[in-house]
Amino acid sequence: MNVSERCVLLMRINCRRIAGGEAQGRILLSKDPISFLGNVDPDTGIIVDPQHAIYGECIKDMILVFPHGKGSTVGSYVIYQLSKNRVGPSAMINIESEPIVAVGAIISSIPLVDELEFDPFEVFHNGDLVRVDGTAGMVEVLTPSNSTREHD
Amino acid sequence: MYLTNEEERTLDGEFGETLRKATEILVALGDIYGADQLIPIQSAQIAGVSYKTIGDAGLEWISDLTGTVKVPAILNPAGMDLERWQDMGISETFARKQLEVIQAYKDLGVRPMCTCTPYYLEGFSVQYGHHLAWSESSAVSYANSVIGARTNREGGPSALAAALVGKTANYGYHLDENRQPTVSVSVECELSGSDYGALGYLVGKDVGNRVPLFNMNARPAPDDLKSLGAAMAASGAVALYHVEGITPEIQRMDAEQPDETIVIEKGQIDEVYTNILGEDGDAGTDIAALGCPHASATELETIADRLANRTITKQLWVCTSREVAERHPDLVRRIEESGAMVLCDTCMVVSPATEQYQSMIVNSGKAFAYLPGMCHVAAQMGDVDECIRKVCAPDED
Repeated sequence: MNVSERCVLLMRINCRRIAGGEAQGRILLSKDPISFLGNVDPDTGIIVDPQHAIYGECIKDMILVFPHGKGSTVGSYVIYQLSKNRVGPSAMINIESEPIVAVGAIISSIPLVDELEFDPFEVFHNGDLVRVDGTAGMVEVLTPSNSTREHD
Repeated sequence: MYLTNEEERTLDGEFGETLRKATEILVALGDIYGADQLIPIQSAQIAGVSYKTIGDAGLEWISDLTGTVKVPAILNPAGMDLERWQDMGISETFARKQLEVIQAYKDLGVRPMCTCTPYYLEGFSVQYGHHLAWSESSAVSYANSVIGARTNREGGPSALAAALVGKTANYGYHLDENRQPTVSVSVECELSGSDYGALGYLVGKDVGNRVPLFNMNARPAPDDLKSLGAAMAASGAVALYHVEGITPEIQRMDAEQPDETIVIEKGQIDEVYTNILGEDGDAGTDIAALGCPHASATELETIADRLANRTITKQLWVCTSREVAERHPDLVRRIEESGAMVLCDTCMVVSPATEQYQSMIVNSGKAFAYLPGMCHVAAQMGDVDECIRKVCAPDED
């Protein structure tokens, strides 16, 4: 089904824009920082590091929430590769963005925001439907996950 | 962050997609680090060149860009000597991809000069107080510390973005307040040659990304400072350091003495030479590599002198920039008469050719720090003579 036709705006959260563009999708929370070089398989979008908090999860088309990036600067290109392979996230939300993820998001045209006015790990749950507006610097929480999940 | 009318219009896409994205990168970094504006730069040195590092993803991104750089721009070392890659044991598949990367940069107006020592190049002069957007950590350290220019350690995409726009965001080492020394390092012992790399290796591990101020009895030459800074940027994240009485900026600034002092003794430096990092098996050293960072003309001359009447029986690489090699064909010939190879455009750290070997000896604190992790080869440090001795015919010792 097309979730965008049925959603209702529940909450609007202001934040800082890092990479412009808009995207809608479901929340995937990672309490661990992500090193795109090494933690993620660029062909499938699956988190492949067994030590990682979201090991085995696929980030494809998700609104990926994580504290910040880490590791090699080549991670920027891995984000581009994920995007070219159509297995990248729809948008990303950080506590505090750093250059690896910021540059990766911009070159891949993936909206990225940080510094939300509420702690994203408190207001969001896995599967929540949100719209990220990286140009305006805003996250909109739409119909809660349980009301649409039955149609998935 | 304040943007000019033209920068705003660029960000709105008025001058095309490449410039829009390049400006978006600069503005995002400026926002993250609290920059007040974009400032003009004199030159750019761009990382993200070795196909080993950037892979198809990086190649694809660079190839998708259009336009021409606005300031002189050159590249970091590539994964191979662009001309004699076959002699290095590089596969044809890798070579083809590597040349595609170089071509993609050339199409953007970047000079295909692949070196970590841009400050040796003609027409690439760097002066005190110049603002730059350089990537390679040892080049950044040299520009900031030895020359007194100003650059942050740019990532590959942000250096390319800066070259395309001709500007960078005004934060970090572009600002006076971040150039003050924050930790003192006292070194009383005499130092020579590779000791500076060993010293840098030790200090970098200790100081992280702080700004060290050295008080030393030794009088380091520019090549010594190059080794010192390169090692500190590899074992730590030092992008700027000062040496009392030697480097230019400390003599002009109103510096406060840092609260913390680290003391380095001769014994600690000697110990670096006894360590082998990584698993070297039983075979022992099978290759020596000099020229990290890329050798200067003076260093090539020293190596040529030491190699006179010697025969390399294992493998010896001497890495330098193509321009320096071409300016000194006599030195290159003298070095290669021993059986050593002078490699341009590349180095032991970024080339996949290093992986063919088990155990490498180097005179560089930087290569020593990086080789085991990045190239899966055991690493040992020695001075130039020790490096040569390990790969020469034993009867010549």
